[in-house]
Amino acid sequence: MTETETMTVREAIRAGLREEMNRDEDVFLMGEDVAEYGGVFEVTNGLLEEFDERRVRDTPISEAGFVGASVGAAASGSRPVVEIMFSDFMGVAMEQISNQMAKMRYMFGGKTDMPVTIRTTEGGGQGAASQHSGTPHTWIAHFPGLKAVAPGTAEAAKGLVKSAIRSDDPVFVFENKVMYEQEGQVPTDPEFTVPIGSASVEREGADVTVAATQRMVGESLAAAEDLAGDVDLEVIDLRSLYPLDTETIAESVRKTGRLVVADESPLSYGTHAEVMARIVESEFYSLDAPLQRVGVADTHIPFATELEEEVIPHAEDVIEAVRKVA
Amino acid sequence: MASTPIDTTDGRREILRRMLTIRAFEETARDLFADGEIPGFVHLYIGEEAVGVGACSALEDRDYITSTHRGHGHSIAKGLDPKLMMAELLGSSEGYNNGKGGSMHIADVDANMLGANGIVGAGPPIATGAALTAAYHDTDDVALAFLGDGAVAQGQVHEAINLAATWDLPAIYVIENNQFGEGTAVDDQHNVENLSETAEAYNIPGFTVDGMDVTAVHEAVAEARERAADGDGPTLIEAETYRYRGHFEGDPQEYRTDEDVSEWREERDPIESFEERLLDRGDIDEDELQSMRETVDDEIEAAVDFARDADRPDPDEAYEDLFTEPAPEIDRFVGDLRADGRGGDHQ
Repeated sequence: MTETETMTVREAIRAGLREEMNRDEDVFLMGEDVAEYGGVFEVTNGLLEEFDERRVRDTPISEAGFVGASVGAAASGSRPVVEIMFSDFMGVAMEQISNQMAKMRYMFGGKTDMPVTIRTTEGGGQGAASQHSGTPHTWIAHFPGLKAVAPGTAEAAKGLVKSAIRSDDPVFVFENKVMYEQEGQVPTDPEFTVPIGSASVEREGADVTVAATQRMVGESLAAAEDLAGDVDLEVIDLRSLYPLDTETIAESVRKTGRLVVADESPLSYGTHAEVMARIVESEFYSLDAPLQRVGVADTHIPFATELEEEVIPHAEDVIEAVRKVA
Repeated sequence: MASTPIDTTDGRREILRRMLTIRAFEETARDLFADGEIPGFVHLYIGEEAVGVGACSALEDRDYITSTHRGHGHSIAKGLDPKLMMAELLGSSEGYNNGKGGSMHIADVDANMLGANGIVGAGPPIATGAALTAAYHDTDDVALAFLGDGAVAQGQVHEAINLAATWDLPAIYVIENNQFGEGTAVDDQHNVENLSETAEAYNIPGFTVDGMDVTAVHEAVAEARERAADGDGPTLIEAETYRYRGHFEGDPQEYRTDEDVSEWREERDPIESFEERLLDRGDIDEDELQSMRETVDDEIEAAVDFARDADRPDPDEAYEDLFTEPAPEIDRFVGDLRADGRGGDHQ
C-alpha cells in the first residue's frame, strides 16, 4: 500500500522540488522572486532556508536572460529548474525556448542533453486580465524538442515535477494557478514519480469519455457527479500534453464511443484539436457521435469578473458538451 | 586549444598555424560553396582570425565558448577537427552534428564548444549559463561568448551580461566588431563610439582592442580570464576587426566598395602582420613558414577528401535526436504505428 498524505497542489510541488534537490546536488532553482520572496504563488516558500542561495536563486526580471542561462547551464552539466512566473511571459524568452532549448540537441546530432525544467503558471479566474491569465501550453506542446506536462491533481503535480527534473530533455510543467489550494492524496515515497506521457483515468464510466487537463479535470469530475444516474462519465486527466498518451484515451473511446475534450486553452488550432485528430485517425469507427470540445472561444482573458466568468470554462460547459453527444 | 602561450616561440608558432588553418579552411569553404557542394548559407571568418585565435589561445581546454553565425574560425581556434567540420558543412552523418547542423550550428560539447548559432545574440545567455555551472560547482572554468557588433543591439545580450555581472559569474563577452551588422554599418546601428562602453552600464570592465592584432586580443582575454577565475566577474571586450567577405557568400555587398576591403586587407591583415612579427623575431624563417602553409593546406585538402568520402545520412535519421529517448509521437507520424497494425481496431 502506497503511503499518502493530504496535500495541496502547492505543497505537492514544493515536496517534489525538495525531494529532487535532496536527491541530486546538480538541481537548483532560479526565477523571479523564488528565493527570499518564496515565489509569488508561494510554491518555493521556505526552500531558500532549507537549502541556500546557491541552490535557490533570485534572478533579475529578464526571462530571455535567465531562461537562456538555463540552456547553457544544462548543456554544461547542471540541472536547472526555472520558474517563469506567468506563462504569458514565455513570449519574452521565446527565442531561447524555441531556437535554443528545443533545437540544440537535434542540431548537435544528439550529442548534448538538455535537462531543463521550466515551471510556469497558467489559467484565468483571478481577475488578472489578459497578460497574467493565459493558457499557452499549446505553444510548447506544438514545438518539436520540448515536452509539456499539465497536472490535474496534486498527485500528478508532484509526480510530474519530479519526472521533469529527472528527465534529460527540456520539460515544461504548466501549473494552473487557481489549483494551488486544491487538495489531494499524494504519495510520500521520494521515489514516487508520474511518467511523462501517461494519462490517468480519474473516474471510470461507461457512456462518455471526457479527456481533461488541469482545472478542467476537477470541473469534469464535478460534472460527472451532477450527471450521475443519467450519463456515466469517464474522466481522464491527460497529465502529459507532449508526449500524449493516445492509447489511454483511445481505450476509453473504444468503450464509450463518445469524446469530449476539456482544456482551458483557446479552441482554434490547439490542444483539443490534437487530441481529437488522433482519436479520429485511429478510432473513427469506434465513435458513435461527433466529438466535442470545451475551452476558451479564441479570446484573451478579460479583466471584469462578469467577462472572465463568461470565457473561462466550467463544469456546466462540460455538461453542455456531454448533453450534445450522450 | 589549451591555453597557448603567446610569450614562447612554440606558442606563437602554434597561434600562427591556427590562423593559417582558419584562412585555408574558409577559402576552401568559399570555393566549395561556389561550386555548389555546400548547401545553405555560409558566413566566412576571413579577416577576423586574430579574434578567435587570440581569445581561444588565452583559454583552457575546459573553458566553454559560444559562437556566432561565423563559427568556423572559433571552432578551429577552440581545437575542433577540420575534417569533422568539413564533413558537417557537406551534410555528412560523420560531421560534428551528424549532418543536422551545417555551417551555422557546428558544435562539440565534448570540447566545451556550445555551438555556432543562427540567431544573432543568442550565444551570450548560453555562455552566461555555462559560467553559472562553473560558479555553481565552484570550479575555475570560465565561459566566453563571441558576439558580433550587430548582436550588441539585441535585448537578450543585455540580459545575459547583466545577469553575469549581478552574479559575478566567470564570463567573458568578446564583441567582434567587424564593422557591419549584416549589411548595415556599425555606426548606423549603435549610438556609442566604442561598443565596449556599454560595460559601464553593468559596472564591469570594458576594453576596445585591435582585433587585427592577435597579441592584443590574447592579452585582453587572458586578463579577463584571470579576473573571471578569481571570482571578480565578467569582462566585455570589443575587438575591432573587418570581414573581408560578405555577410554570407553570395552577398552582393552594395554597402561597401572593394577599396574599403583592401584598405584593411593590405594594411592590417592579421595573419600577414603576425607572420612579419614572427619572421622579425626569428621565431620562424621563410622556409619554415612556407612549409607550415603547405602542411595547413594539406590538412584542409585531406579534410575535403574526408568529407566527400564520408557517409551520407540515412533519411530515417531525420526523426532521431530530438529527445534522449524516441518520442512515440514521431513513430506515429512517420507511419510505424499504422504499418504494424497498432493504433486502434480498424474495421
